[in-house]
Amino acid sequence: MIGIDIGFKWFIFVVTALLATGSSLMMVTRKNPIHSALWLIVTFFSIAIIYVLLNATFIAVAQVMVYAGAIMMLVLFVIMLIHLEWGKAQPAPKYSFPKLMGGLITVMFFLQVLAGIMAYTNIGKKDTYTPEMLASMGNTQAIGTLLYGKYVFAFEIASILLLVGIIGAVVLAKKIKD
Amino acid sequence: MIPASEFKWILPEIILTGWALVLLLIGGFSKGALSSRISGILCLVGSFSALFCTLNLWGVNIDIFNKLYTIDDYGTFLKVVFLIVLTLVTIISFRYTEREGIASGEYYSLLMFGVLGMMVMVSSHHFITIFIGLEVMSLSIYILCGLLRNNVKSVEASLKYFLLGAFATAFLLYGIALIYGSTGILDLVELKRYLLTKQPFAVTMFLAGIGLLIVGFGFKIASVPFHMWTPDVYQGAPTSITAYMATGVKAAAFGALVRVFYTALLPFICGWSTILWVIAVLTMCIGNITALVQRDVKRLLAYSSIAHAGYILVAFITGDREFTSSILFYLLVYTFMNIGAFTVVIMLGRNGEENTDIDSYAGLGVRRPFIALCMSIFLLSLAGIPPLAGFAGKFYVISAAVKSQYYWLAVIAVLNSVVAAYYYLRIITNMYFKEPIRELGVIDDAPQYGFVMLVCVWALFHMGIFPRMFILLAQQATRIFL
Repeated sequence: MIGIDIGFKWFIFVVTALLATGSSLMMVTRKNPIHSALWLIVTFFSIAIIYVLLNATFIAVAQVMVYAGAIMMLVLFVIMLIHLEWGKAQPAPKYSFPKLMGGLITVMFFLQVLAGIMAYTNIGKKDTYTPEMLASMGNTQAIGTLLYGKYVFAFEIASILLLVGIIGAVVLAKKIKD
Repeated sequence: MIPASEFKWILPEIILTGWALVLLLIGGFSKGALSSRISGILCLVGSFSALFCTLNLWGVNIDIFNKLYTIDDYGTFLKVVFLIVLTLVTIISFRYTEREGIASGEYYSLLMFGVLGMMVMVSSHHFITIFIGLEVMSLSIYILCGLLRNNVKSVEASLKYFLLGAFATAFLLYGIALIYGSTGILDLVELKRYLLTKQPFAVTMFLAGIGLLIVGFGFKIASVPFHMWTPDVYQGAPTSITAYMATGVKAAAFGALVRVFYTALLPFICGWSTILWVIAVLTMCIGNITALVQRDVKRLLAYSSIAHAGYILVAFITGDREFTSSILFYLLVYTFMNIGAFTVVIMLGRNGEENTDIDSYAGLGVRRPFIALCMSIFLLSLAGIPPLAGFAGKFYVISAAVKSQYYWLAVIAVLNSVVAAYYYLRIITNMYFKEPIRELGVIDDAPQYGFVMLVCVWALFHMGIFPRMFILLAQQATRIFL
């Protein structure tokens, strides 16, 4: 991604960022769970494009394969298997005090974050991984070196996290014997 | 590269993981009462061996695994607290899992994984490790809450805790991301050095990050206004897990909170202490006042645990590093009082029937004087009556506030503990001065419960009358912040 005109990059970023935000909003507001899941795929794809813009090509591919591919497949399977009877649920009141308060606080919060980002001055330190260096050593190698080198302890604990998740799924889903 | 010799410092964690895996295998291959008992005993052996290894780490201060993990007295102190929680909860679970028909292999191994998560969470000054440790702990507890699968309330508690917890986790992660985005640093010690040289406090993004960190941790320690889940989850979860959550999770969350804020963000104390001042006052007041009207003992203890989080926050926001020891001491004391009280709650229940309404305690003083006496000691300690350890804990916390000239906060804390005395004493008067309203079932008697109660009573008296030794240990543990 080096070599691309910065103005064009900025244009792609704005489009994909708007697409990601819009589709995630669509995802949470749909009544039909299948529609929600499909909108989620759009979000995942737009985020993958943002990763590409950040020179994180490996993460982008992983995002498409793992999230938009495998995980969404599972989500769709689950939706079909448990066969949610949507539409029969009690319609929630359109405007209620908690809803309005929650909406207000959320809007305020996001405006603050926006203000924070607009006022952003890069005071942080520069890391060793510049785009030029990534291009020379390869994205995958850089991630591998970090993940299995510096961050190997966190990686190991994350494996236990996944194990606990699997145990939980088995324990909670297995048949109840009486 | 990581030298292999560094693995000797994480021996307690390795032992816990290994035993948890063994317990899983046992649970997979055999079922029934015998295997349940064997798993319980193995879990106990595992937690004792981990405790032994952890005690050997006292006095060691070393950064390992490329500074992703830290062994120091602060972490070791908290690890000992978690392992004490694990041991006591395991002992009360011997009978409880059998009575309620909980799959014991998975139960004990998840208990151990939960403690593993807590240990990882408090002994690191790297945001990534802290976060992953917190997630290991939380995930284990979401599952443990829902293990009574025939009980709708337990399933509800699990789901509620999971959804809200995942939400809170997202806040915490967002906070970490914003701090990383504005400084480029994930290591707390480096972050502190950076904050001292440059002044990023004017950067809104950094401030938003701190705010979100407070939300994320505030949820885990059950402080107002992030406390809504506490009563429902504490009531619905299996009672042994409630005891585990009220003590272990709270200690772990406070441990990580103190480490993050005292290591990295202390130069910025005037910014966050005001926010936490309000949260502490709200937590104490709402916790105590709502507890006044509760008729269910488990819910009452849940609100009291919210109030206690407020007392600990009082010591926390003074920001005086010399008094950080009072937080550790309070957490240790709180462990014994709460596990003791929940043991009594377990004893009054039967399979499927919890008998947790306050009327079930009427006449207990005549029928079972020993249990009533123990319960009174735990409740009096929670209320902070000398010579019990609860008094010593409150004394150090409030004196920290007074010495740091937070006079109003100290006054509010004292007034709150007066209010709190009312609802604790109400259970005691129910036990001693009221006739039983209805016929009560048999009390679930088992020597294990008696043992745990005696240990807790002894610990409360010992730490209440001779708190000096424990305070000195806690002071040594918090020396890393000086």
